[in-house]
Amino acid sequence: MMSAGQRAYPPGQHPDLPPPAGTVGPLAWARANLLSTPFNIALTLAALGFLLWAIPPLVDWAILSADFAVHDSSRACTGAGACWAVVSNQPEQYLWGFYPADSLWRPALVALYLLGVVYVTLARRVPFRRKLLWGVAAFPFLAAWLLHGGLGLDIVSTRQWGGFLLTLVVGVTGIIASLPFGILLALGRRSELPLIRALSTGFIETIRGIPLIIFLFFASVMLPLFFPEGVSFDKLVRVLIVVVMFSGAYMAEVIRGGLQAVPRGQFEAASALGLGYWQAMGLIVLPQALRIAIPGIVNNFIALFKDTSLVAIIGLFDLLGTAQLILRNENWIAAPEEAYVFVALLFWIPCFLMSRYSLSLERRLDAAPRAVKRAPAE
Amino acid sequence: MSSSVSDTEPGRPIIEIVGMHKWFGAFHVLKDIHLTVARGERIVICGPSGSGKSTLIRCINRLEVHQRGRITVDGIELTDDLKNIDEIRREVGIVFQQFNLFPHLSILDNCLLAMTHVRKMARPQAEETAMALLERVRIPEQAHKYPGQLSGGQQQRAAIARALCMSPRIMLFDEPTSALDPEMIREVLDVMVGLAEEGMTMLVVTHEMGFARTVANRMIFMDEGEIIEEAPPQTFFENPQNERTRAFLSQILSH
Ligand SMILES: Nc1ncnc2c1ncn2[C@@H]1O[C@H](COP(=O)(O)OP(=O)(O)OP(=O)(O)O)[C@@H](O)[C@H]1O
Ligand SMILES: [Mg+2]
Repeated sequence: MMSAGQRAYPPGQHPDLPPPAGTVGPLAWARANLLSTPFNIALTLAALGFLLWAIPPLVDWAILSADFAVHDSSRACTGAGACWAVVSNQPEQYLWGFYPADSLWRPALVALYLLGVVYVTLARRVPFRRKLLWGVAAFPFLAAWLLHGGLGLDIVSTRQWGGFLLTLVVGVTGIIASLPFGILLALGRRSELPLIRALSTGFIETIRGIPLIIFLFFASVMLPLFFPEGVSFDKLVRVLIVVVMFSGAYMAEVIRGGLQAVPRGQFEAASALGLGYWQAMGLIVLPQALRIAIPGIVNNFIALFKDTSLVAIIGLFDLLGTAQLILRNENWIAAPEEAYVFVALLFWIPCFLMSRYSLSLERRLDAAPRAVKRAPAE
Repeated sequence: MSSSVSDTEPGRPIIEIVGMHKWFGAFHVLKDIHLTVARGERIVICGPSGSGKSTLIRCINRLEVHQRGRITVDGIELTDDLKNIDEIRREVGIVFQQFNLFPHLSILDNCLLAMTHVRKMARPQAEETAMALLERVRIPEQAHKYPGQLSGGQQQRAAIARALCMSPRIMLFDEPTSALDPEMIREVLDVMVGLAEEGMTMLVVTHEMGFARTVANRMIFMDEGEIIEEAPPQTFFENPQNERTRAFLSQILSH
């Protein structure tokens, strides 16, 4: 028997022991996290109850009792569950609208190209990255050419673009262009030149104070009034300009937050070494500011991607607009839930992927040695 | 790397400040500063907090802009002319209290940055210079680590090496040891003493009076934006003329 004050091991000889029974493992985790207090127990039970109430009927409706067969009207569906014919009868409508079938290889190629661009910009180690970055830079131009045509390709009017394709065009353009635009606005807002500062601030605050939908109406209805008779430019282009300006203003504020978090001394040290403004910003300040701003930037990307659905209101047939168009047909008028659930799923997937990527990026940067604040001296 | 042995006439001062004033808004932070520094001279500046020591040395490489008077560095007058500023920045290195290393770059890349982007040196040659200087501040083995992985003393020595990479003729130090734990102060001061022995022109804001006694040719005491007293260390410590200098010294030397 050990009395108080007596040591089990001589000083310096204590081995590592396993933790006491019942403090690790799933049961211990449940006890600590789900059942620690009466209130906690009540919450756990309520949550379980809710899940039991909500999930089985949902699964039953969407899958077990659903009718996946292709019919040409929702009235032909049998069974108590979902009638997915509203999707399965015309999946191409949701995916690319009225894009001509014999040119579909073009959006398909652009989609592959986009995956390549995402990979080259985001993956950690990419062979020949430097050379491949030229391909990334060329993406907007080549993609626009492939989708729209001209220079040897048949022209596909933007009025024929639709569904997920159109949603991606608006979302990806906004995402690609709003970052550099937002950086310029944020730098402008912090500029030492009063005129540039005033212009940037005025622009940002104007945009932030007015709903996107109003700018979209402006672009679709009023902007043409400012051009002389006969001069019109593509509605989609107008929408893209509005979306980029809008998301650029929001991006600017997120980036400004990141810029403020970088100590002044960083810019000063860079200037003192002889680096000019753009070098100091591009090599020293922005890399740090953007890293800090990543969660906000991705948050903006996600919001922007979903906001693209507002273009449906001004008569573009993006994913949501397409669903609404289909539901106007009396054959499908009875199946709105199915159409909206499908559209929601198509929105959710890219947003979820962006969110996960942002989390993993943050974790990776946190783990990088440079993020260590201060190591003990040896 | 110390190109400080002059290629122009040795008699001409390397820094000349005449009747210089500076304001922050309405606040008169530097008042009628006159200061002449000869090549190879080592000046230690001290004074109470807020007296304008940092502002003064930051005016010398134009991190701060003065509003009246004239500052001439190695024959180049500091004006709004960007070309002059670029030239000054190559001549003058600065070391900050907070090190200000770039946390997203390795120590080696911190050193290479200005050589490759400002001096446009080829990378292998720049790397050779950087490694030689890291050797000299005795942290070559840290070259591939990031600033966050180094101790404070090592970081400050890396910052000194980074500044030396541009082969400056003048080095400015703004309280280089006051953010350091006591056991690391020595290693940084040793590097600075080494620089002084090689004949580098140095302006050092510090309260390390031991260092000042051994290294300085001249002591400057500042208070409320003015240079109150200027003397060789011997006179300065043993026979200060001004009342405020005496008060300051008795305070700082009492512990
Ligand atoms: N950017 C600035 N804008 C306004 N006031 C400033 C600015 N920088 C410094 N000051 C003020 O100018 C005065 C002198 O500052 P300075 O940093 O030169 O003092 P210092 O002698 O270096 O003091 P310390 O020993 O605390 O570093 C202080 O009162 C400070 O508050
Ligand atoms: Mg200071």
